[in-house]
Amino acid sequence: MAREEPTALERFINGVLPENPIYRQLLGMCPVLAVTSAMKPAMTMAGATAFVLICANIVISLMRSLLKPHLRILVFTLTIATFVTIADKFLAAYVYEMSKQLGPYVPLIIVNCLIISRCEICASKQSVGVAAADAVGMSLGFALALASIATVREILGSGMWFGLRVLPGSWPGWGIMVLPPGAFLSLGLLLGAAEWVSRKRARTNLWRTVRMLWSWRR
Amino acid sequence: METLTSLILIFIGAALINNFVLHYFVGICPFLGVSRRVDTAFGMGCAVTFVISISALLNWTATYFVLRPGAPLPAWVWQLAGGNPETQIDLSVLSYIIYIFVIASSVQFVEMYVRKFFPSLYRSFGVYLPLITTNCAILFGSLEIMKRLQDPTKLWGLHEALTLAVGGGIGFTIAISLMAGIREELDMADVPAPLKGAGIALIVAGIMAMGFMGFTGVEKGVASAIGALLP
Repeated sequence: MAREEPTALERFINGVLPENPIYRQLLGMCPVLAVTSAMKPAMTMAGATAFVLICANIVISLMRSLLKPHLRILVFTLTIATFVTIADKFLAAYVYEMSKQLGPYVPLIIVNCLIISRCEICASKQSVGVAAADAVGMSLGFALALASIATVREILGSGMWFGLRVLPGSWPGWGIMVLPPGAFLSLGLLLGAAEWVSRKRARTNLWRTVRMLWSWRR
Repeated sequence: METLTSLILIFIGAALINNFVLHYFVGICPFLGVSRRVDTAFGMGCAVTFVISISALLNWTATYFVLRPGAPLPAWVWQLAGGNPETQIDLSVLSYIIYIFVIASSVQFVEMYVRKFFPSLYRSFGVYLPLITTNCAILFGSLEIMKRLQDPTKLWGLHEALTLAVGGGIGFTIAISLMAGIREELDMADVPAPLKGAGIALIVAGIMAMGFMGFTGVEKGVASAIGALLP
């Protein structure tokens, strides 16, 4: 190993914003578009994904010395599929309405690229503690991204947030925002906004560095 | 005649009205990742259509005979073991694990087969074949078929399952090829810098989704047209 592997804290912090799974890595886009028409399904989805990601990362990390290179993807998917089955049955037993509303998107967590990529990048190489911290950080980042898109779509689409009215009742409610095109449009614009903010910040940092160098030379 | 009408309606429903990409949002990763050029996008679409049909065939067989509630094979084994024949056996808790296993292994086999017998085809989309395992569209097709096999009074036959799979695959091919055509032109356009890449692709996809919403309700017209043509 030429490069040193990141520590648990670095993994955790990286997952939340600097390597945010949606805005930075563009991973796991299907649920992001499909379940964000309102906050409640989005947060249920984030919870289910977090459960699967944390459990899968811990289990894969525990058996990382047994993995054979050519079979590892299969082992990853089967582990993930087991936990997804648990999550799906749990949702169907306790929040039946929500489980019906989410429909096929709960089983589709199996093929969420985010989870497989975390198993491949982190869990199959590092110890349990690091893998768990990485999973928690990534889940938080995923939940933040889902919340940001769901907030925009639910407030503009129906004037509500978590089912509570935030805009006055005379708000017309942009129907397109809760339909499929609204998901594409709001995610595209939010991606652009995130990119714009990070570029701007990079530029100001550069400016500060230049100024600092200038004052130091004087 | 009714069978033919229902098959045509299933096909149009999967390919256009409820397009896999633009209505159900499955297969977004290749839709954004492999849509830079029309020829590679079309190759990806064909590969997905092929794998989705094969996995639909295998998963329909597994669901119909083993996994659905009241399936014949477990009931037979149960009776052979001396169990009570009245008992309803439901193995659908295993379905996700079986499906992903079937998809992963069929992608592996398709890759080996294509590499052995069609080397030129393998070179043209060999890179994308392993990626197809994690393509949501394949699993989504199998899940849609599974949903139709839960109610014992109106089970879907193999022909209906295959029509849905092929229709879904062709819908994916249409969407990704259109997207690639637009993106080739977009390279010449003056896009604001932060939106370059995924941002503008998603906005274009949103406008395409609006266009595809126009297909809503087409099925009634198609059904009456078929009824008028073939009495």
